[in-house]
Amino acid sequence: MNLTLRVWRQKGNSGAGKLTTYPAKDVSPDSSFLEMLDQVNQELVGKGEEPIAFDSDCREGICGTCSMVINGIPHGPQRGTTACQLHMRVFKDGDTITIEPFRAAAFPVVKDLVVDRSAFDRIQQAGGYVSVNTGAAPDGNAIPIPKAEADVAFDAAACIGCGACVAACKNSSAMLFLSAKLAQYRHLPQGAPERIRRTVKMVEAADREGFGNCTNYYECEAVCPKNIPAHFIAEMNRDYVKAALVSREFDDVNKAAEDEG
Amino acid sequence: MSNINLDAKIPPGPLATKWSNYRSQSKLVNPANKRKFNVIVVGSGLAGASAAATLGELGYNVDCFCFQDSPRRAHSIAAQGGINAAKNYQNDGDSVFRLFYDTIKGGDFRAREGNVHRLAEVSTLIIDHCVAQGVPFAREYGGTLANRSFGGAQVSRTFYARGQTGQQLLLGAYSALNRQIDAGKVKMHTRTEMLDLVVVDGQARGIITRDLVTGKIERYAAHAVLLATGGYGNVFYLSTNAVGCNVTATYRAYKRGALFANPCFTQIHPTCIPVAGEHQSKLTLMSESLRNDGRIWVPKKAGDTRSPETIPEDERDYYLERMYPSYGNLSPRDIASRAAKRVCDEGRGVGPEVAGVRRGVYLDFADAIRRLGKDTIRQRYGNLFDMYKKITGEDPYVVPMRIYPAVHYTMGGLWVDYNLMSNISGLHVLGEANFSDHGANRLGASALMQGLADGYFIIPYTLASYFAGTQLPKITTDHPAFAEAERQVREQIIRLQSVNGNRSPDSFHRELGTLLWENCGMGRNRAGLEKALKRIPELRDEFWKNVRIVGGAEEFNQQLEKAGRVADFLEFAELMCLDALTREESCGGHFREEYQTEEGEALRNDNDFCHASCWEFTGVGKAPNLHKEQLVFENIKLAQRSYK
Ligand SMILES: Cc1cc2nc3c(=O)[nH]c(=O)nc-3n(C[C@H](O)[C@H](O)[C@H](O)COP(=O)(O)OP(=O)(O)OC[C@H]3O[C@@H](n4cnc5c(N)ncnc54)[C@H](O)[C@@H]3O)c2cc1C
Ligand code: SF4
Ligand code: FES
Repeated sequence: MNLTLRVWRQKGNSGAGKLTTYPAKDVSPDSSFLEMLDQVNQELVGKGEEPIAFDSDCREGICGTCSMVINGIPHGPQRGTTACQLHMRVFKDGDTITIEPFRAAAFPVVKDLVVDRSAFDRIQQAGGYVSVNTGAAPDGNAIPIPKAEADVAFDAAACIGCGACVAACKNSSAMLFLSAKLAQYRHLPQGAPERIRRTVKMVEAADREGFGNCTNYYECEAVCPKNIPAHFIAEMNRDYVKAALVSREFDDVNKAAEDEG
Repeated sequence: MSNINLDAKIPPGPLATKWSNYRSQSKLVNPANKRKFNVIVVGSGLAGASAAATLGELGYNVDCFCFQDSPRRAHSIAAQGGINAAKNYQNDGDSVFRLFYDTIKGGDFRAREGNVHRLAEVSTLIIDHCVAQGVPFAREYGGTLANRSFGGAQVSRTFYARGQTGQQLLLGAYSALNRQIDAGKVKMHTRTEMLDLVVVDGQARGIITRDLVTGKIERYAAHAVLLATGGYGNVFYLSTNAVGCNVTATYRAYKRGALFANPCFTQIHPTCIPVAGEHQSKLTLMSESLRNDGRIWVPKKAGDTRSPETIPEDERDYYLERMYPSYGNLSPRDIASRAAKRVCDEGRGVGPEVAGVRRGVYLDFADAIRRLGKDTIRQRYGNLFDMYKKITGEDPYVVPMRIYPAVHYTMGGLWVDYNLMSNISGLHVLGEANFSDHGANRLGASALMQGLADGYFIIPYTLASYFAGTQLPKITTDHPAFAEAERQVREQIIRLQSVNGNRSPDSFHRELGTLLWENCGMGRNRAGLEKALKRIPELRDEFWKNVRIVGGAEEFNQQLEKAGRVADFLEFAELMCLDALTREESCGGHFREEYQTEEGEALRNDNDFCHASCWEFTGVGKAPNLHKEQLVFENIKLAQRSYK
């Protein structure tokens, strides 16, 4: 196949970027989208031009490293598929394809198609864990977990932290990601003791990072390569409201204690 | 030859109590003193993340490094099938001893008894800990943990989380790591690549790194360095590993004096999607768990190109079931892989012809779908089937999958003793990066187990014992050893950039990979290995005369990253082939065609090769020195492996 690419080129975080056109010649329909870019890059290197910078690692849809907007859609046109798993057979010979980075204030561009998603790590550092030390665990079968509940936790845990949901959202909201992280623990007994505290800490961390609010467009769900369902967001919101109450009570208690001197 | 003491430091006493004795007798660091120790952990996969988190919990100050943009993206994330543990929840006769025995036998009697028994012992703790962290393992309707079987075992001891066991376990370790980052005990350095090890007076005391975003070269000092940098399967260019995996960290430690053990022990996985063409950048594994329900076959007749559903039962050869009736489709990986190669060499392969040969065999679920229904199969393997369809465009519920072996895992690695310490004092090596537990062949679902055993349950004890028993003078990054290592790192970068030739780093990598796959892959022989050993230095020369790196060194530059890694592969490949040539026997994944039984099985030579081959660097292009660690079997009788 022969294609025309319009690719976002940007030197670094501060520089301005622009779309540049490149031909992609003799592409095999069996190659993946990233292999097509590899091929274009080989040609660019051959001509002494800087190859297109893009992130990838596992190339099998699980590490969440690849991150690009293809023809306006994060990860491209095939539902439930990361860019690395997208194959060229979904395009037609002669197509023009526009490739841009994930865009969000909280994901600054590093170079070309590479962005900095460390905000996601910081959200999880704020509370995305069960506080259990190594060596302190009871037997794995000590607490039976109904299969249905475990399956819901798993559906949430399938999130690969790619950030496509943020890139798709008009508000650059991280709610789908955040709610998936919270839902995993919410549906497991191990997560129960810290549920409220975790919700508050992680939601607040997301605010600090500059992700926007959710105004129910659900573009996130449509582009999520792991089909994380948006109803997790509603669950999270319920917990957050509850948390607000609990933590107000908590504050009141502290205050009372202080007043008593 | 330098005088290297290859003492494995296996504790005395009966096998079953070695580890508990060690723990009760080893020296401890008191809690208030732990914060006086700095530890560098390179790697954030299962081994690195679990080690960094646990050491942080204990009170040490940890700096953890990875080259990805987040620790959660380490290659461990991609593991699919499962993790072994001797829980015996199925009441099917499993035990610590049986897991130990299966691992030694699976490794074709080339691993150390003491280490492997300890691994089997701590396996049960791993499951408990991961459940407590909130890892969503597969469960039965009664709410208990589910298990499945994996190759090389007759019990069902593999725990799993759909086809994403690696992601779920790594997210568990990552969450523990996050907790310590939040607590200020671990400092995480992402997009940072270790480029050298700093050794001061015989002790590993730091590393030199490059910030992959800014290009800044930096020095880090510590009281001990832990490498958990994964395997080197990508030396073959095409493998199931993530494209970033490389040998740089361990190879540069080797150049600083650490011994590299058994580099030729590489594993070929039998069930991967076959190569489709020139453009291919990596190969995709289809989890071995598929062999629980899928049946492997090829047509009986060579050149039979009829479509699979039209080939009648009696014209099919279910060759694994025929040759290995008691293990059948669940024969160990090396055996299943070679059998696939053999039937394809006979002209009975299926799928498209690539370079004149059909390299593929069927993995057929028709029987299982008939027996269990499509829904059950979807439940068990749904995501794997989807993945297969995305890549090949074929629907495995309807047409049998086509699979072929591919490079998958490396058993070889830096030599370590029972403490997971290399011959360089203070340099510890964990996970796939070390050589310790899998001998010449790893059993499925045992790498995740080993990575987490090393990080959560072993290093916390052995590192304390090292700190408590070692004089560690105060050292800062101003020490001349740091300056010297930094100078060499800078020099290499400048050298790479100044070649200014015509070929991309990738094109050299590809050529090296093909050379190795042909001569040091599934089957190896003297002539092929000698050919490779002649060709590799030529290719390396050409690389240094003709590589082209576009872009500068003080910026984000993926070509430069790649070139550094390829430069190391080009040296390491020679070591691997030399090791393969020197080991004149077949064992596990190392199949020397000259040494096979009449039925084509691996023929070990226990008289001459019951040892780990540990190589000492002497200079680029110079013959390394060989040191041997004799393996002693006191609890298991050496036997020819039989899965018939
Ligand atoms: C597709 C696939 C499926 C698998 N499935 C299974 C399975 O089902 N069961 C099983 O038991 N095993 C499985 N394995 C094997 C298993 O996943 C690996 O052996 C294991 O995860 C390795 O873990 P690790 O922590 O040692 O290294 P890795 O996870 O590879 O981590 C290496 C870390 O080191 C870092 N690093 C490397 N070099 C440097 C450097 N120079 N500077 C800084 N950082 C560096 C990386 O950034 C990364 O964080 C599978 C492997 C593959 C390829
Ligand atoms: S919710 Fe989906 S789109 Fe968002 S980070 Fe997770 S996997 Fe990616
Ligand atoms: S490269 Fe790992 S998900 Fe795409």
